[in-house]
Amino acid sequence: MPVPAVNSASTTTVVVRRYRAEPVWVPWVFLAPFLLTFGVFLVWPLIQSVVLACQQTFGPKSTAWVGFANFSFLLHDPLFWKAVSNTAWFAAGSIFLQLPVSLGLALLLNRPGLRGRTVFRLVFFAPSLVGLVFVGLLFSLIFAPRTGLVNSVLHDFFPAFDPEFPWLQIYVMPALILAALWLYAGFNMVYFLAALQGVPEELMEAAALDGAGPWHRFRHIVLPEILPVATFVVLMSLLGSLQLFELPYILLTGAGPDNRGLTIVMYLYDNGFVTGDLGYASAVGWVLALLMGSFALGQRWFNKRQEES
Amino acid sequence: MALSNAQRQKLLLVPIYIALTAAGVFTLVPFAWLVCAAFKTNADIFTSNFLPLGDGFLGVAWGQLTLVNFVRLFRELGIGVALTNSVFLSATSALLATFCCSLAGYALAKFRFAGRGLVMSLVLAALVVPGSLLMAPGYKLLYDLGLLNSFAGLVLPGLTPAFGVFLFRQAMVNAVPATLIESARIDGAGEFRIFFTIVLPLVRPMIGAYLMITFLGTWNNFIGPQIVLQDPSSFPLSVAINQLRGLYGTDYGLIMSGTLISIAPVLALFLLLQKEFIAGLTSGAVKG
Repeated sequence: MPVPAVNSASTTTVVVRRYRAEPVWVPWVFLAPFLLTFGVFLVWPLIQSVVLACQQTFGPKSTAWVGFANFSFLLHDPLFWKAVSNTAWFAAGSIFLQLPVSLGLALLLNRPGLRGRTVFRLVFFAPSLVGLVFVGLLFSLIFAPRTGLVNSVLHDFFPAFDPEFPWLQIYVMPALILAALWLYAGFNMVYFLAALQGVPEELMEAAALDGAGPWHRFRHIVLPEILPVATFVVLMSLLGSLQLFELPYILLTGAGPDNRGLTIVMYLYDNGFVTGDLGYASAVGWVLALLMGSFALGQRWFNKRQEES
Repeated sequence: MALSNAQRQKLLLVPIYIALTAAGVFTLVPFAWLVCAAFKTNADIFTSNFLPLGDGFLGVAWGQLTLVNFVRLFRELGIGVALTNSVFLSATSALLATFCCSLAGYALAKFRFAGRGLVMSLVLAALVVPGSLLMAPGYKLLYDLGLLNSFAGLVLPGLTPAFGVFLFRQAMVNAVPATLIESARIDGAGEFRIFFTIVLPLVRPMIGAYLMITFLGTWNNFIGPQIVLQDPSSFPLSVAINQLRGLYGTDYGLIMSGTLISIAPVLALFLLLQKEFIAGLTSGAVKG
């Protein structure tokens, strides 16, 4: 469209003034808090942690250079492998018990014609607002001998049941997994529910008309549709499990009997902040970061392969 | 007897309601048990599961319920200080982080400048660094800066989380029209005035959600204050309650009411703000 010559000159000046009105320094001023905290509290500690990982320290003050000795000690420390195996068991519990429960709840809530969906969602989501510390405390009271909820209810129903039964001395991992189930089932459910609501309804109806039963519809329509969200939730659970600390630390008041509740981060905490060897703790941190990074890469690889096939 | 299709559908829902209700009871029972125990004496905690039985209304001895645990916590054990610390730390962190993250998110969403791509990749890089990797060197840094045993040592590292910058950028890319900002500039509005009066009101749900996320995160943080703070009078509830358990471990009523004080405020806050919270979360997640 031709523009009248007289007007075009004035529009250009306005345009020029617009760009002048956005001075170059503005975005940098707005980004300053981020860049400052990024540099001081992320980049600098990261560099430090590489140096620290090759040192033995006693508190922040005295240090000695030990090279890769921290890593070789770590890989030969049976306590570290105990922590790794505990963490692996916990992760398995999260993935094979907690996530199916979350998906099941989401499938039930996603049923057309269901009433009270908002209330149910709110109830299931509520525990994830409670911090891990407080969940640890709550469940240490729930599993407590005599006064605990579990023992007193079991004793009421089965008088032969010993009300002093020490759950947290015997079933350490099941107790942790159950507490985590209570805490996270509703949280993961929210993700699954959002994914399920994205499954096209026509597809489900068409499949039902073709005579596909509920299992076939789930296996061949729902599951492929929600797979990206499902792998994301699996990854989040894995990374969360690897960073487990507060729940066992509070629930068991430490590592528990025979260190059966020792986790990688608790191992890091004990070495860095109880013993005071920040260098060794940094080495543990790097091993943990490598583990987490490899899981994240694994999930990306899996998703790419799914997309291609 | 022939059922209509609609009736059959309704009948099929019955087992679903039963399963959901069972799961709901499993979820709520720990809360209910905690609330009941917090208002009982230790003697009643030993003899009753939920409410003490008696001959009052519904067969409950209402008169035996007591505030004694709370009175002891506040009068003798100074839990009020820990509660104040928690509120102060969480509110400060939430307000500062929301302000700084929304500023940075705005710069990344609505300004074109050399280096924007680089800053954006810094944000994404910061997202993948695990917190446990920063624990030991972060402690050393706070020691070097003289920030150990201070609230600043807890608040400053979390001033501008990359996660928040990312959320606000995502929300602002679509919610804030560039033409609105430009016309405000032509009208002579300053950059901060534009930010406060035009940009922020447009992402209100995101602000509510992010305030809530950071408040909750700080309130529930244990390892941070456990490492950074040494003076018991500066402990927030998470650390104070755990310490209390170490000292009065068998005084169940005391521990239960302390736990209740620690979780009730955040649950109440969530119930009040849940609409904003959920709206903000989905707006951040959906818009690319």
